[in-house]
Amino acid sequence: MNMIQAIEEGYKKEIPAFNIGDTVRLFVKVTEGDKERLQPFEGVVISRKGSGARETFAVRKISFGVGVERIFPVHCPSIEKIEVLKKGDVRRAKLYYLRDKKGKHAKVKEKAREVTQ
Amino acid sequence: MTGILGKKLGMTQIVVGSGKLIPVTVIEAGPCCVVQVKTPEKDGYEAVKVGFIEARKEKNITKPLKGIFKKAGIPVFRILKEFRMSGLKAGDVINAGIFNKGDIVAVSGTSKGKGFQGVMKRHRFKGGPGSHGSMFNRAPGSIGASSFPSRVWRGLRMAGHMGSARVTVRNLEVVDVRPEQNIILIKGAVPGALNSVVEVCKE
Repeated sequence: MNMIQAIEEGYKKEIPAFNIGDTVRLFVKVTEGDKERLQPFEGVVISRKGSGARETFAVRKISFGVGVERIFPVHCPSIEKIEVLKKGDVRRAKLYYLRDKKGKHAKVKEKAREVTQ
Repeated sequence: MTGILGKKLGMTQIVVGSGKLIPVTVIEAGPCCVVQVKTPEKDGYEAVKVGFIEARKEKNITKPLKGIFKKAGIPVFRILKEFRMSGLKAGDVINAGIFNKGDIVAVSGTSKGKGFQGVMKRHRFKGGPGSHGSMFNRAPGSIGASSFPSRVWRGLRMAGHMGSARVTVRNLEVVDVRPEQNIILIKGAVPGALNSVVEVCKE
């Protein structure tokens, strides 16, 4: 598999470290006609799957009372930037249970930050 | 028909253009060595016999073959295959550089063995209902009439051995060529298991 990994290495890009439960803001490139603009998408990372250049992650947010999930490749070139807004304190690798929760229960606890001296 | 022998290394995904993700098969194409050149004068047709993967032990190769290798003054190869090419001579080395990005190729290989399979998997028969008292689940059904022809037609599709056969997939696109590593990336899937030998021919 080494050759496959070496090929995938070339398609990876620099991304910030983020984990399941983190709240992230993505800037997705959207082409309208011949113009290109950045569309922000902000939500909770509920899963990360796969490895190498094929890794994907799912972001869930509630938009006008409707749950919206989008799955992106981690090394997707159409993601301009990933901002990690909050670190989540979760005990699971997949947060699919959030789909069945409403309101306050559908929140992820924020990780206590280390005190910097 | 320019061709080369290669080894299927596996599949992955790569990004082309502005964020389109496509599935690719990674093939180690060559280096192949020209073992013998067939000429219309001597053999009645024009072709080039190429060798791929050097033999681990020379004793495993038959004596007549060894003679061919010795005549060409090249190492002993395990896999030999003829391609209808011209303009090469014994001892020449062919590698992945013969392909260019965007070439359309046909890839042949030995498909994965599936063993003895029923008609639903082997010939894509519909099968019967799974439940509601049905007892006709995966059976092939009638295989012929009684008074005529009073026998089973030859070639009737039935259960049997599936896979491990030569399969060719045509019209595949070469997405990337890396001559320094002898690697070509081909869009889509190609027949065979990992590390199996495949033939890649330009169309």
